Amino acid sequence: MDTLAVESQKGDRNPSLIRISDFDFSYGDKQALFDINMDIAEREVTAFIGPSGCGKSTLLRCINRMNDLIESARIDRGKVEVNGVDIYDERVDATELRKRIGMVFQKSNPFPKSIYENVIYGLRIQGVNRKPQLDETVERCLKGAALWEEVKDRLDTSGLSLSGGQQQRLCIARAMAVGPDVLLMDEPCSALDPVATAKIEELIHELKNEYTILIVTHNMQQAARVSDRTAFFYMGNLIEMNATDQIFMSPDKEQTEAYISGRFG
Amino acid sequence: MSPSRTVVRESMEKALFGKSTKSKAMERLVFALFRLGTYFVLLCAATIFVDIVYKGGKTVFRSEFPFLNVEFLSDSPQTLHVFEYQGRKYEMSDSNFRSFREGIDEPIVTETYAYSGGGIWPCIAGTLLLVAGAMIIAMTLGVLSAIFLSEYSRPGKILSAVRLSILNLAGVPSIVFGIFGMGMFVLAFGWNVSLIAGWFTLAFMVLPIIISASEESMRAIPQGMRDASFALGATQWTTIRTNVLPYAMPGILTSSIIGVARVAGETAPIMFTAAYALRDQLPWEGLERWYDLFFQGVMALPYHIYVVSAKIPQNEYTSRMQYGTAFVFLFIVAAIALSSILIRIRMRKKYRW
Repeated sequence: MDTLAVESQKGDRNPSLIRISDFDFSYGDKQALFDINMDIAEREVTAFIGPSGCGKSTLLRCINRMNDLIESARIDRGKVEVNGVDIYDERVDATELRKRIGMVFQKSNPFPKSIYENVIYGLRIQGVNRKPQLDETVERCLKGAALWEEVKDRLDTSGLSLSGGQQQRLCIARAMAVGPDVLLMDEPCSALDPVATAKIEELIHELKNEYTILIVTHNMQQAARVSDRTAFFYMGNLIEMNATDQIFMSPDKEQTEAYISGRFG
Repeated sequence: MSPSRTVVRESMEKALFGKSTKSKAMERLVFALFRLGTYFVLLCAATIFVDIVYKGGKTVFRSEFPFLNVEFLSDSPQTLHVFEYQGRKYEMSDSNFRSFREGIDEPIVTETYAYSGGGIWPCIAGTLLLVAGAMIIAMTLGVLSAIFLSEYSRPGKILSAVRLSILNLAGVPSIVFGIFGMGMFVLAFGWNVSLIAGWFTLAFMVLPIIISASEESMRAIPQGMRDASFALGATQWTTIRTNVLPYAMPGILTSSIIGVARVAGETAPIMFTAAYALRDQLPWEGLERWYDLFFQGVMALPYHIYVVSAKIPQNEYTSRMQYGTAFVFLFIVAAIALSSILIRIRMRKKYRW
């Protein structure tokens, strides 16, 4: 963590994976994002912070096109590129995109199916039914999500029988099973107790070696603990984005400083 | 306790105990009214039920083995012959009377009562066929439109128009459906009085119930489950198939239970489209081609009750028939409802969320 932070301060960063440029976005008549520009590097953890309604979740949902499902959602300007491909190009199949960019939601939402079936849901719907492959995926992903030891003896029990933190890790395992490069996490710990939260944060550290992670959080300490870079949003604007320790130690903008020190938000 | 504490306590008592007797009396009166209303409803229902079970039971059950009136449940309606022979009084259905008379040379004087002999088996079979077919059609159409309304449609003028027409459809009197069915299916499509015309007429009648209840139960499924599925790269149809429909099924079945009861009970929609007052053959008898099954009228329990209650001269023998039929009818509707409830409970257990 420390070494990485030093590296990022030196500007010696991983290659860019997601580039958002001049991005304006609205729900109906209400503009939610104004002129967003950012660059997200491969295998880094980027935290989005800011008060409620500042647009951080909206931006997250634009990156895997979950906003497509909302009737009034509209992009007014700009683009989102992943590996140089504009994901809003009409040739892009949103379902293929979502297989490359997984998502974990605020409220853990395992399906009312067994733990096993939860993990392989993404494969099942692609028509994968080979038992050895499915077994291998379940073990690999549950291990990857640090859940294997806790559930390996009861894979056929319902995913809903797990505790909140376990459910959230199950959702992470489920997202990993379709083989994404990016994991979007929308306040993944907001409904969890401190112990479960610590486990997820630990997991995020592990996952960083393999995945590019974007995490929306209300918890400033969490952003400081898990992320390499932090973006601060306010009222639909990206106020400041920088290396996390830079943001927390000596932010450039007055607003950022005020928010981080708890004077508003 | 100091005097001042006593004063405080007394005023507290006054405040807490102080509800006036007037408002208490009012409370009791209102409660009594509610209670009376509920009891009255219960009384009405119980009277009807006891009356049908008591009088119908006399027709359906027998005091000696096999305790059931097998003839009533397995025979067709026939003319009843009532006569005296060698000092004994007999009541016989037409077919029994004919075989009884064969060995006897002397003429027998009988009184005959139409529809009062035999049984109601063709009506039971006809009603079961009508309910099954109508529910298959109604659930197919109903679930398809509910999926469209709940999952695919975009809010707008067209959608409000669709919803409004579904609501209106629910308010249309059943006799209007009957006339519509006759005009559309019987005459315009040339299906004549037939099972299939009855199926579609009844299906259209219960569609609004099934559509609105199915849509309701699909909407009740948390958006999070759909989001999770989409985020894993599922298409909308995959999401609906794997994560919406299975969990909405108990609710859809619940609405169908109400639908079944209505379909089975309605007389008006089938009297012009599917029902015969009397038919000698059972629906599956004498078919030249398998699909002739669909294009023939059937007898049905509610229509039979109507015929024996309103279309023929009344006497004690027809009254037996009426109550017996009503009893069987009640029993069948209750049995269908019960089985749907059992299926629903099993599904709830399987898909709990």
